[in-house]
Amino acid sequence: MIYDAETQAMLDLVRDFVNKEIIPYVGEYEKNNEFAWPILHKAEQMGLNLLCLPEEYGGPGLTNVQTFAISEEVARGDIGIGTTLIANCLASYPVLIAGNDAQKKLWFDVLKEKGYAAFCLTEPNAGSDAGSVQTTATEDGDYYVLNGTKSFISNGPIAGIYTVLASTKKSAGIMGLTAFIVERDRPGISIGKEEDKMGMRLSCTSEVIFDNVRVPKDHMLGKKNRGFKYIMETLDHSRAGVGAFGVGIAQRVVEEATRYAKQRKQFGQPVSNFQSVQNLLADMEIKTQAARQMYLHAASLMDAGKPFSAESAIAKTFGTDTGMECAVNGVQVMGGYGYMKDYPMEKLMRDAKILQIYEGTNQIQRGVIASACLKKYR
Amino acid sequence: MNILVCVKQVPDTTMVKIDPVKHTLIRAGVPSILNTFDTYALETALQLREAAGEGKITVISMGPDQAKAILREALSVGADETYLISDRAFGGADTLATSRTLAATIQLLEEKNGVPFDLILCGKQAIDGDTGQVGPELSQHLGRCLITYAVGLELTENGIKAKRESDEGYDYFTAPLPAVVTMNKTPYDMRWPNLTRFRKARVADIPVLTAQEVIVPEDKRGLKGSPTKVKRTYTPVREKNGQKLAGMPAADAAKKLVELMGAAKLI
Repeated sequence: MIYDAETQAMLDLVRDFVNKEIIPYVGEYEKNNEFAWPILHKAEQMGLNLLCLPEEYGGPGLTNVQTFAISEEVARGDIGIGTTLIANCLASYPVLIAGNDAQKKLWFDVLKEKGYAAFCLTEPNAGSDAGSVQTTATEDGDYYVLNGTKSFISNGPIAGIYTVLASTKKSAGIMGLTAFIVERDRPGISIGKEEDKMGMRLSCTSEVIFDNVRVPKDHMLGKKNRGFKYIMETLDHSRAGVGAFGVGIAQRVVEEATRYAKQRKQFGQPVSNFQSVQNLLADMEIKTQAARQMYLHAASLMDAGKPFSAESAIAKTFGTDTGMECAVNGVQVMGGYGYMKDYPMEKLMRDAKILQIYEGTNQIQRGVIASACLKKYR
Repeated sequence: MNILVCVKQVPDTTMVKIDPVKHTLIRAGVPSILNTFDTYALETALQLREAAGEGKITVISMGPDQAKAILREALSVGADETYLISDRAFGGADTLATSRTLAATIQLLEEKNGVPFDLILCGKQAIDGDTGQVGPELSQHLGRCLITYAVGLELTENGIKAKRESDEGYDYFTAPLPAVVTMNKTPYDMRWPNLTRFRKARVADIPVLTAQEVIVPEDKRGLKGSPTKVKRTYTPVREKNGQKLAGMPAADAAKKLVELMGAAKLI
């Protein structure tokens, strides 16, 4: 795919921002275990936290191709910052998929004012098996009362509003789950354990606890007991974006590794002269470019209104496996220096790992892809 | 709050090299940017508007058609309206002819709006010419108060208060509105463009004002109206005639240095 002039201009702008405002500073924030608010505030001015806002709700009204390509650029800088900004898209998709106009207005007004949202699906006992959600929503007059604990929630501590999946009919399994919009300031919501993660350290991840939280019935998204479907559609959509994150890491790795290989001299010459190193760099570049086309293809299908579920899963799997593989080989190209915290490569390797896990592990993705194959080839 | 900001498109001087033979600037391949000091003026305008809670920011520039790029940049960070002043008749202008043309443009826009701009902001100088004359000249043509080299600006009950760096610390100046202020480097940089605005700005229609609309007498504009004549340009010879205090303990070197500086009346 060749980007149109507008998309390219936006990508150039975001890359400039990432090079000047993100890459030089993230190492220091991570070292000091500090949340990078100053960087995020600049990103908010650019509207990078509102990428998925339609024009009619005061957003940029981007295509999926544009949104994901911008996500790649941000991830090239730091996937912690990227996850913080773009978890807003993940949280917004259920509203875009199943919300009515009043709900969309409510959602986007709060998102614009507070800056961040979170998607509350995962629970201690509902990970890959998203259907076994134990959080409950019980009817009480004009309200639903929510009870339960959501875990590993990106933006949990900073979100002003949440999308929450809860069980409204225990006996019905996935056909008894319902999606809600829940504002952070409703009584009964608290933030539990904040996670100490291997990588992606500039994203905040926590438990979100709902203790008798009363939510008006007009905050229910779409139909009762249909929530699982909306959430699966959401994940279908957002997955390609995670693939774009993987490509962002891979792209950064190949840039850093190549630069290093050209200036590192051994046996009297730059190590980039050696075929064994060149092969590593070439494989990185091949897979990075291929993975980029995959998420762009999935995004193009979305923009064209065509089915994209398998393609999105393919983009996620290949993109994030590529991010991981490139990061591991990037460390290898840099040898001992790659292993040291003075250089960015070890951080990229720690960061890359989460992408193979979150928003559906790559094992779950392969399941999605295989079932598409089984249906397609009879 | 009605603010006008004057901006200029300049070559990125950090990327300009000097031809070692001809001693002229090598401009080829050097990107054009929004003059750095003008970015401080524009950001200050944006912050003043935020502080006032309302207002309009108009940005003008004189230059060829490609200078629309910096006006689009101004729109993408939050300016409301921009105008490019462009006509062959204005070409080759020195600072005096430029400031006359800008003043005539401002008067034209004020007539159109029916009110004067509360504030006119300029960068203290352009990083290519480095004269620092256009802002002050503009204030004289318009007969308005002038504060130069501000590093901060705030609204007061009946005007503005500007902060300026001096050798001793900071000086503060107040002025009634309308006024002209030229901005030095501020502690803040210009904000990044907002993506929504950026998209709109890329395709925005930038009105162009020509010599038909901006009326300046023929002998007061462009090359003809410019009394400045460039006689010669050259690269100053760099002389290295410093003295190194080596071969002695640091304490002795320090004493010797103070002695030398005292003798040279530097301290």
